[in-house]
Amino acid sequence: GLVFLSSEFGVDQFQEELVIRPLHSGDIYASFQFRTLWDTDFLQERQKVSHYRLFPKSLGQVLSKFSVRELHISFTQGFWRTMQWGQPFIPSPPGAELWVWFHDTVSDVDGNWKELTNVLSGIFCASLNFIDLTNTVQPSASFKPLGLGNATDHRFLRYATLPREIVCTENLTPWKKLLPCGSKAGLSVLLKSEKLFHSSFHSQAVHIRPVCQDEQCTSKAWELRQTLNVVFDLYTSGQGKKEWSLFKMFSRTLTEACPLATSSKVYVDITDNPELSPATPLLSQAVVLGDRRTYSVFDLTRAETFGQLRSLNLLLRWKGDSGGMLRPLLHAERYVAGFGLQTGEIHTVIYNNHPYRAFPVLLMDSVPWYLQLYIHTLTVTSKSRDNKPSYIHYQPAKDRHRPHLLEMLIQLPPHSMTEVTVQFERALLKWTEYTPDPNHGFYVGSSVVSALVPSMVAMNTNFTQDQPLFSSFVPVKEESSYFVRVYTEPLLVNLPTPDFSMPYNVICLTCTVVAVGYGSFYNLLTRTFQVDEPSLPLAKRLANLIRRIRGVPLLA
Amino acid sequence: MSNDFLQMHLKAVMSCLVIFLYKVHTTKAGQFFSSGHTNNWAVLVCTSRFWFNYRHVANTLSVYRSVKRLGIPDSHIVLMLADDMACNYRNPRPATVFSHKNMELNVYGDDVEVDYRGYEVTVENFLRVLTGRLPPSTPRSKRLLSDDRSNILIYLTGHGGNGFLKFQDSEEISNMELADAFEQMWQKRRYNELLFIIDTCQGASMYERFYSPNLMALASSQVGEDSLSHQPDLAIGVHLMDKYTFYLLEFLEEVHPASQANMNDLFKVCPQSQCVSTPGHRTDLFQRDPGSVLITDFFGSVRKVEITKDTINLTSPVEPPIQRSGSGDIQIESLTYVDQLPVAEIIHQKPKQKDWHPPDGFILGLWTLILLVFFQTYGIKHLKHIF
Repeated sequence: GLVFLSSEFGVDQFQEELVIRPLHSGDIYASFQFRTLWDTDFLQERQKVSHYRLFPKSLGQVLSKFSVRELHISFTQGFWRTMQWGQPFIPSPPGAELWVWFHDTVSDVDGNWKELTNVLSGIFCASLNFIDLTNTVQPSASFKPLGLGNATDHRFLRYATLPREIVCTENLTPWKKLLPCGSKAGLSVLLKSEKLFHSSFHSQAVHIRPVCQDEQCTSKAWELRQTLNVVFDLYTSGQGKKEWSLFKMFSRTLTEACPLATSSKVYVDITDNPELSPATPLLSQAVVLGDRRTYSVFDLTRAETFGQLRSLNLLLRWKGDSGGMLRPLLHAERYVAGFGLQTGEIHTVIYNNHPYRAFPVLLMDSVPWYLQLYIHTLTVTSKSRDNKPSYIHYQPAKDRHRPHLLEMLIQLPPHSMTEVTVQFERALLKWTEYTPDPNHGFYVGSSVVSALVPSMVAMNTNFTQDQPLFSSFVPVKEESSYFVRVYTEPLLVNLPTPDFSMPYNVICLTCTVVAVGYGSFYNLLTRTFQVDEPSLPLAKRLANLIRRIRGVPLLA
Repeated sequence: MSNDFLQMHLKAVMSCLVIFLYKVHTTKAGQFFSSGHTNNWAVLVCTSRFWFNYRHVANTLSVYRSVKRLGIPDSHIVLMLADDMACNYRNPRPATVFSHKNMELNVYGDDVEVDYRGYEVTVENFLRVLTGRLPPSTPRSKRLLSDDRSNILIYLTGHGGNGFLKFQDSEEISNMELADAFEQMWQKRRYNELLFIIDTCQGASMYERFYSPNLMALASSQVGEDSLSHQPDLAIGVHLMDKYTFYLLEFLEEVHPASQANMNDLFKVCPQSQCVSTPGHRTDLFQRDPGSVLITDFFGSVRKVEITKDTINLTSPVEPPIQRSGSGDIQIESLTYVDQLPVAEIIHQKPKQKDWHPPDGFILGLWTLILLVFFQTYGIKHLKHIF
């Protein structure tokens, strides 16, 4: 074993964690969290940091160069099915999502944002350089910072999403390289792309924010959380049997903890009493998302966890019917209604499944400029009665400059369905603005519903150092409610698409018409006609020759 | 006496052998330094979109795989894939791209970095990468940072015709544009030698117009001929690879970083009996003899190796603990997290001050018209009634 000086000096700290939760539908949800805590505050001390240990240098340089206060970027493939799977630990919309809080010393936020997206596109091998002012919004009330701070001037916030962005091994490779142990040791050996992408849902994210350095919270430290959420499908990877093992899910088993980690744990959710082997006496209870659940804990830093074979392969088996799932209290859907390629209607439906409590939600919609919204047709109805939002912020779109931004604070009555509808008209784009495959359609990013949902179980407001990572992501301020963010489906809208072969057809036709019509007209006007003597046969020509000698008039 | 004779004979044989080996050694060493390049770059482009063009992505990835295996690092490879086949929803084996229906070789691999993907693969971006005229905010991994001692390998594949190559079914690059781009590269001294390989229909038409020095070109088919795909896979449902690149991959799998295979062997890859089309090549602009050019000059990478016989002592750095400024005396108040949904604050939020912009466009024109009509009617001397 190596001697670790880091934990004594408290400079960098790394923790890794895996939570395995069997879902009610038979699928299994695995959530990895890798957290690096970096005890430096280079924005305050104005020192140039040049020594990086566990915190990756590429991200550290990005933070200092662009004066970033918080950075949240996620890449997701698939859509999270809230009604079947419950709430995720870390929600994310399909495609790529990036939101950044800049420090209030930045003078040109838009310039920094543009350069930041380019740099991140190089780091993560994604086409984030397509984020520009036409799809960036500045929310006025949503997306408050998740880290420490007091003043929140929304002029320093930028939010953008690319619903079309694909996630594949080329995004996972640089993400894994940011981890201190890479993909060589610890929990990251399980991250094999052939298994991770053969799933119903895959989401990898990087969250950087300032957090409390210790329990007294007198100074700041930077926290980098790399999270990877994946849901394995019962029928494609599980072959239809409700029995799961680490090897079945990841085609690998665990052999050691990451040597650079101070804590390396695997939590298995055993609230619904599945059969778990190898059994472990370590149990832990945690209240997350308003639900108290029991977890079996496997501590990978202890050698006895791995047993005789020096490898840990967890086996989970369902025992009969597991009973009902706790119904998620907040759920949202979105779809496009209407027909034809001229107009349409966007419907957003939000469900409040709490039996007796009403609570407010903040709905944020960002619609691209080519769907021209008619805000006078905006209606919000709950239980077939008009529900007036207590706060509306609407920023209209500017063609080719800015998208629409609509934020509303709506009070949801208990046990109800609230529907928000708005009509729109589709714009005709310029010829060069169409993508190479325009008949696929154009994507509209997911709506974001943020809410403080009343909790059935008291939430834990104390901050402790050895709290499991999955329960400490969102700061909990009060015991009676928890903060949740729900993303709706992205929309796929067909715009009226021209026939791209028309320029070629028009050029051919016009040139033909011009050549044939104008050409013959010009010839008719400018050509002079001369009568041409027909050529005579030989006999007559000889006769003419003789006649010319004789001086007699010639033959015709 | 026979012993002495034997010993002398042995000595003579040994010295001959030593001289022979020395000669071989110097020619090998001489060859190592004769190519004149100090670094290697590769630009690999797949220009086709849509699932049925799976084979073009497989072509590009197999060359990428060979080039990485022979030593060129990811930082020196610019990989452009116009569509995503591995994680495409139609792919029955996600995160894999196979070259053959026996599914033995996953050319996509586990460690791949695609620099330009999807809609970013356009003619403009390709030419900008080659000539180096990129916007200043472009990250390093998307740039071709070659110098005058770089050997560059350029591989293009997709659908093409006589004199052009189609990009994503919506635009095309002509052979003249490509030749001009290479000339720009030559004038800016962005390459030492360049190997251009193209696998499309009528591929030879793309290198007809080259006029810059130190270019060698290979194509999978002549003008008037089509390049054919290798074989379909009934499980995946599309053709997996093109014939020329399939045999090229087979040839490259035999090459290792110390291999002595040269360009003449590369010209012999995929004769007409295997490829149906006739592969072509062009070496008139190249200064060295193709027989003396190693495959690894373009597909491999030069490594700087310094051999030292002394031992170096590494001192383990012990970091002094960082002194936190003023433990507890200065900062007494504890920091707090921000409220995620402060309802009262949101409802009473003041609308933010919008920056004042001067009126533009229509409003300005309207006011100008009103003022013009006013002064026309009433004249300037009535201005004193206003002011």
